[in-house]
Amino acid sequence: MAIAEREPALERLPWTAVLHDWVTTVDHKKIGSIYFLMAVVFLVIGGAEALVMRFQLLWPESRAVPPDVFNQMFTMHGTTMIFFVAMPILAGIANYIVPLQIGARDMAFPRLNALGLWVTLFGAILAYFSFATGGAPAIGWFAYAPLTEHTFSRSAAADFWILGLLVSGVGSVSGAINLVTTVLTLRCPAMTLRKIPLYTWMAFWANVQILFALPPLTAALIMLLFDRNLGAHFFDAQAGGSPYLWQHLFWFFGHPEVYIVVLPAFGMVSEVIPVFSRKVIFGYEFVAASTVAIAFISFGVWAHHMFAVGMSRTVDIFFGAMSFLIAIPTGVKLFNWLATVYGGRWRMAAPMLFSLGFLSMFVIGGLTGIILAVVPVDFQLTDSYFVVGHFHWVLIGGTLIGLFAGVYYWYPKVTGRMYSERLARWQFWLFLIGFVLTFGPMHISGMLGMPRRIYTYPVDRGWALWNQVASLGALIQAPSYLIFVWNLFISLKSGAPAGDDPWDAWTLEWATTSPPPSYNFETIPTVRSRRPLWDLKHPDDPDWKYE
Amino acid sequence: MNGHQGYQESVNMSGLILLADGAGAAQNLSIFSPVSPPAESIRSLFILVLAVTAAIFLLVEGVLLYSVVRFRRSPREGAEPPQVYGSIPIEIAWTAAPALICFLLALILSRTEFEVRVNPDTPPPGSKPLYVTVIGHQWWWEYVYRKYDGRDLGLITANELHVPASEEGVPRPIYLTLQSADVSHSFWVPRLAGKTDLIPGRTNHMWFQTSQRGLFLGQCAEYCGTQHAHMLLRVNVDSAEDFQKWLGDQKKPAVDEAAARAGRDVFLSQSCVNCHRVRGTSARGTYAPDLTHLMSRKTLASGMVPNTRDQLRNWVSDPQQTKLGCLMPAFGLSGQQVDLLVSYLMTLQ
Repeated sequence: MAIAEREPALERLPWTAVLHDWVTTVDHKKIGSIYFLMAVVFLVIGGAEALVMRFQLLWPESRAVPPDVFNQMFTMHGTTMIFFVAMPILAGIANYIVPLQIGARDMAFPRLNALGLWVTLFGAILAYFSFATGGAPAIGWFAYAPLTEHTFSRSAAADFWILGLLVSGVGSVSGAINLVTTVLTLRCPAMTLRKIPLYTWMAFWANVQILFALPPLTAALIMLLFDRNLGAHFFDAQAGGSPYLWQHLFWFFGHPEVYIVVLPAFGMVSEVIPVFSRKVIFGYEFVAASTVAIAFISFGVWAHHMFAVGMSRTVDIFFGAMSFLIAIPTGVKLFNWLATVYGGRWRMAAPMLFSLGFLSMFVIGGLTGIILAVVPVDFQLTDSYFVVGHFHWVLIGGTLIGLFAGVYYWYPKVTGRMYSERLARWQFWLFLIGFVLTFGPMHISGMLGMPRRIYTYPVDRGWALWNQVASLGALIQAPSYLIFVWNLFISLKSGAPAGDDPWDAWTLEWATTSPPPSYNFETIPTVRSRRPLWDLKHPDDPDWKYE
Repeated sequence: MNGHQGYQESVNMSGLILLADGAGAAQNLSIFSPVSPPAESIRSLFILVLAVTAAIFLLVEGVLLYSVVRFRRSPREGAEPPQVYGSIPIEIAWTAAPALICFLLALILSRTEFEVRVNPDTPPPGSKPLYVTVIGHQWWWEYVYRKYDGRDLGLITANELHVPASEEGVPRPIYLTLQSADVSHSFWVPRLAGKTDLIPGRTNHMWFQTSQRGLFLGQCAEYCGTQHAHMLLRVNVDSAEDFQKWLGDQKKPAVDEAAARAGRDVFLSQSCVNCHRVRGTSARGTYAPDLTHLMSRKTLASGMVPNTRDQLRNWVSDPQQTKLGCLMPAFGLSGQQVDLLVSYLMTLQ
């Protein structure tokens, strides 16, 4: 299938030239790779912050970590994992894969693409610069006013945090504009909207969500910046402002954000499961339509983070019902994935292993989500460790595990080499066991009355055991991430050559070389169905007969 | 091993709290052990929802497990399996079934919502309601007793809430009005009710009612700054007679023992008075807990340590040693001043 020759290797150039090439690049694949590297670095930092917390919570009334340091750790852990790991890694993979999947030569706006990357990275550095003020902000990642007002958080750390999120938000929005435009305008001939590969489709909708969810956050951050530095009173109750307004603005961003980071992972397993089950996705139209439903409904559920703030009963019930509503399209996706595995002939390899892990774990995170949408039950569980268990189950058992599947799936395409299957298996089992041990017990301690974000807990509460199991789980999980990074790194040199299409897959990215040339395709491909390579490999029984 | 040493000390301190309560075993804060109607309705609803979600869980994981075992490719099989593109009836079925479940759940949750969130202005007929305003502060609780059984109270205390138990035929619902003096907090005593936030500029309400006497624990559930972890809640449910007696005691002004005059002078001449109040003296601060009947409370620092002479001494000398980051600074008092001050505080029964 090689339709392009490899370009002259860059390794022969002096390192300054290589560096210059990477820093000034407007190639969507290089930009995607830098996003990915940035996310991996911050994943390790955010993970280290989590370990500090798990160490402190090993014993009741432990004084190992001072309260403010602990509070800084959970603030930066949450901020880092959402804004500097999940967002960039998904932006990076979308950057790399989407143009290939739609048969384009690059993104619609290559220079804007570079701007988005460097601005995102600069925002992350700016937020971390808060440590230079003597300590990171201790405000929590959702930064509830008025704790974030100058009266209660006097150090400039919170200002750096605000500026960091504002700046990286500019990166996210410009990246989203670029991706949405690319998918709408640069698809290869005959790839109608109904023939878009599911990963591209879901990444597209996640980026549409970014366009609508980020602006309220930006507005809220600017208002807070004005409150803190220019004497405004948007969130200051004593001067007629409303702390409650911050919560609405933040969660109007915050809940769609959950789907922004989970939809692309849904897309990845939607690619992997059919290819490894050797069977076309069951109910393409329904998987695709449920994505749109999720994207829209996600903007009508935000106040389910706020059931305890004393809204009216009617509003409570409305947001509870809306939250149930979003479970329906999510369930439809899950059933279609299961139906794809059912009746197929799945073969074992890391992408499929992680996808099966995704199916078994994500359903749990989804169901605890249903529990939390039951408003009166939420009165007990919100802001308890049950919630911590729930959203990590979604973000790790959904987004991250799906990401691992996607990364292993596309690693041969991106590097031209196979990763180590053995290391990937080690990573999978350490990760899965560690993950269940870390976040399973949190549901229990939450039901036993343990609130989140406490730097320590009294001896007589009976929470110590659950916290110790959780910390043990974290200790098992931690090496799995290092194995992952090591696997990606070592396989660059020692991995077996992958060839163009190691998985016998069906979408356009597998029609070019591994790694693809800077121009992606020698001639712009054309498609007649959702699985152009299937058509090519099965001329007697092509897909377009059935679609 | 500084941390470990600190940990050991803390274990000893907390051990004292256990002794003071006369309870050796771990405290129960489980949402599955409710003693009050709102918490009871929530438990019933939770068990129902758990059963529904557990059934869905078993179904999905069962199908997944079956598919994984049954449809693994054996090395001999070369050909692709039959390609199945989908089925509209099946899609409709697995869209409609969850939709129906969600619709029913929404109806059920609405019923419980109305049981849990009630209008505090309409207590059930024949009841003797208690109205208390709870004001959240960084990092302690202020309680303003407004009204009990139709009579105005106008009584202010801190950190340890006392409420009367209901009796057969005489319900005594407790209506809390929730406000905040600084940042957002949340009132959560799991066995009594779900949590409700205390938000500056807003007034919230919650209620509970119980016939079970005893101590019920909880803590602030909305992150509120450095010592969020030690903004602990203690709710004492007393018999109606004990509660009346407690109210009577709390209404009295502070005792003025001649023997403690020297300590009182220290108290009144230092900056204590800027923040604390002792009724009957010139100390009228409202920023920190009311100390009029300090010794009627079993704990210090919002439930953090037992209220003993030693702990009081530690606290007055340097509160930061006990509760790092709390808003009361060390005042650099001499050993003699501290002794006098503690002796005075110990008289505030």
